[in-house]
Amino acid sequence: MAKNEMNGFKVVAIGGSAGSLETILAIVQGLPKSPGAAIIIIVHRKNDLESILANLLSFKTHLVVKEVEDKDPIYPDHIYIAPPDYHLLIEDEHSFSLDSSEKVQFSRPSIDVAFESVAEVFAGRAIGILLSGANSDGAKGLLKIRESGGYTIVQNPATADMGYMPQQAINLGAAQHVLDADALVATLNGLF
Amino acid sequence: MLKDEELDLLTGLLSEKYGYDFNNYARASLKRRVGRLMAIDRFPSFAELLHKVNHDAAYLPRMVQSLTVNVTEMFRDPSVFKTIRESVLPVLGTHPLIRIWHAGCSTGEEVYSMAILLEEANLLHRSLLYATDLNPMVIENIKKGIFPMSQMKVYSENYILSGGKKDFSRYYTAKYDWAKFDENLKSRMIVATHNLVSDRSFNEFQVIFCRNVLIYFDKTLQDHVLNLFDDSLEKLGFLVLGSKENLRFSSISKKYVQSDEKEKIWRKMK
Repeated sequence: MAKNEMNGFKVVAIGGSAGSLETILAIVQGLPKSPGAAIIIIVHRKNDLESILANLLSFKTHLVVKEVEDKDPIYPDHIYIAPPDYHLLIEDEHSFSLDSSEKVQFSRPSIDVAFESVAEVFAGRAIGILLSGANSDGAKGLLKIRESGGYTIVQNPATADMGYMPQQAINLGAAQHVLDADALVATLNGLF
Repeated sequence: MLKDEELDLLTGLLSEKYGYDFNNYARASLKRRVGRLMAIDRFPSFAELLHKVNHDAAYLPRMVQSLTVNVTEMFRDPSVFKTIRESVLPVLGTHPLIRIWHAGCSTGEEVYSMAILLEEANLLHRSLLYATDLNPMVIENIKKGIFPMSQMKVYSENYILSGGKKDFSRYYTAKYDWAKFDENLKSRMIVATHNLVSDRSFNEFQVIFCRNVLIYFDKTLQDHVLNLFDDSLEKLGFLVLGSKENLRFSSISKKYVQSDEKEKIWRKMK
């Protein structure tokens, strides 16, 4: 369990796959100037689209957007993106680590892997958000966040582009809140 | 998920009893590896895994193989190999004997990729490629030169993206599900076990590859290994790291210049 659970900064871990980009952009655009939390984004994407997502997001926010490199430090008020072809892990409260081992749920980065690592280190300070997608990655990891005392939000499968992924999380009992994209942005900002 | 104390017990046992030092491996990843092994080999508890390791020396190779990540591919990150073709090989060509070290090269896909590059530059006959890994099981594969046929489509695409102009299939013979690579490619390879944690420098090289190995080490061990590379690299030699790895936190970084803005290739200047 994390030390200083009540004192340190919060972490918002956002997982998404097919059809999630628009909501991710809306979340990032809607963030306050200084949320006091570190934002970590894990999306499935092709290996060759290096840094395009980071560029796209940096147009929408004044926060620093960074694609994670090995052992990069974790700071609040920064937005971090899992690099393609690596699993993103939380080494400790202060740094990331990367892992290029086997795919999980046919995915690398796997949202499950990142979420589980976030849950392990940040426990009650973690906020997990699972968005649109067409596979079942992320549900188990989100459940871990919830079980570790974190706060979990799932995009409403009925209004998401691809409802399969969020539905899996709901079926597992990982979703504390099920929200449409607009309400999701508002609710998240109420947590900072 | 494994507890920190449990991981310490296991790494302590592996190092005291068998001389494999995983103490300075990055913990988040190592915990996942142990968890994965426990799931696959169906250990009902951590205590039973520990008991097995403690009392069954025959299980050790399986353990070591499972704790290390052996995911690799030919021409992985093709743009790195393109840069090597265009900017590094011309420099290597000025040496009468070219010595290259692939450290932590696992099953050898990268070594074969480099051998193909050297062959196409007509440099292979005066090169030596040292291929090392701590895991004796995976390096056996390098000597065989046999890789899954199912990967060849991806490798062929990578090869073309790396600037390859030939038909990639000329380099192997297909046999059922396997591709056996040309004997000529391995004629200049020297394959051996080498543990970056505990073994020393054993030669001087013009190029050292160590890609996606340092990510599994903590910063202390990374620095130790980078110093080992520094001791093993000639002045003006090249160090090639993984696409998300960096020299900048290490004590040797002042002696090196990143030779290409986009690629993780550094040149030793002092």
